[in-house]
Amino acid sequence: MPIPCSAAGTELPPVTVDVERGRLRFFAEAVGETDPVYLDLAAARAAGHPDLPVPPTFLFGLELERPDPFGYLTGLGVDLRHVLHGEQAFTYHSVAHAGDRLVLRPRIAEIYSKKGGALQFLVKKTAVTRADGSPVADLTSVIVVRDPASAR
Amino acid sequence: MSGRRVLEAGPITRTTLALFARASGDHNPIHLDPAVARSAGLDDVFAHGMLSMAYLGRLLTGWVPQERIRSFRVRFAAITPVHARPTCTGEVVHVTAEGVATVRLTVALADGTVTLTGEAVIELPATPPHD
Repeated sequence: MPIPCSAAGTELPPVTVDVERGRLRFFAEAVGETDPVYLDLAAARAAGHPDLPVPPTFLFGLELERPDPFGYLTGLGVDLRHVLHGEQAFTYHSVAHAGDRLVLRPRIAEIYSKKGGALQFLVKKTAVTRADGSPVADLTSVIVVRDPASAR
Repeated sequence: MSGRRVLEAGPITRTTLALFARASGDHNPIHLDPAVARSAGLDDVFAHGMLSMAYLGRLLTGWVPQERIRSFRVRFAAITPVHARPTCTGEVVHVTAEGVATVRLTVALADGTVTLTGEAVIELPATPPHD
């Protein structure tokens, strides 16, 4: 079932997340990080950070903190088995740290199709700020949805 | 900032994928459950694209202080099968007179398959180091 193009422009509910030190350490270990700046508070402070820094791609996952994080896709009739992450981009304004309360404001910016509808593309843009409004980063995700029926 | 950096990551085991699912919040079972992967016509589970992007992030933050990264973008070109050992490469391809470097990023598997291509834009310090 094709995603209705009318979904473009939809604002998704904002997500507010407190960045926890333990969560950052767990992420660092899961991706094989060995740089003590991302694991050890004393090393982070020695490098000039107020607390453990949020590594460059961690922000992507914070948006998944909501209940039913892929509900915006399944609600549009998308089968998650047919979803691929096509592109991901980050533009950074400042490094966030453990202890920051971050607000993520996602919206579906664009929907288009290729190959006669066999592939649909959904572009999601998310602004990340601290609770005081200071900008942290802007994220752009391109999600590719395969339609196995129209590929035949 | 100049030259080229390489980071060897993995092997990406099933445990790696389970830990990354929890750490990243992406619990899509296509990365965890072989039965779900097979029902989608695949032989087995495959790694989250964002895991490979996180490896590239490690390459960048091991190279320059994170606050100098202005932007970081990738295109996911091919899936990364479980047990893969991705090789991440960064190469400075351009430096402006204002001291902004463009780094070309690639992730490739042992068989040569390129799984990610991308680019990072890095602000260089006012007084460039001698390397």
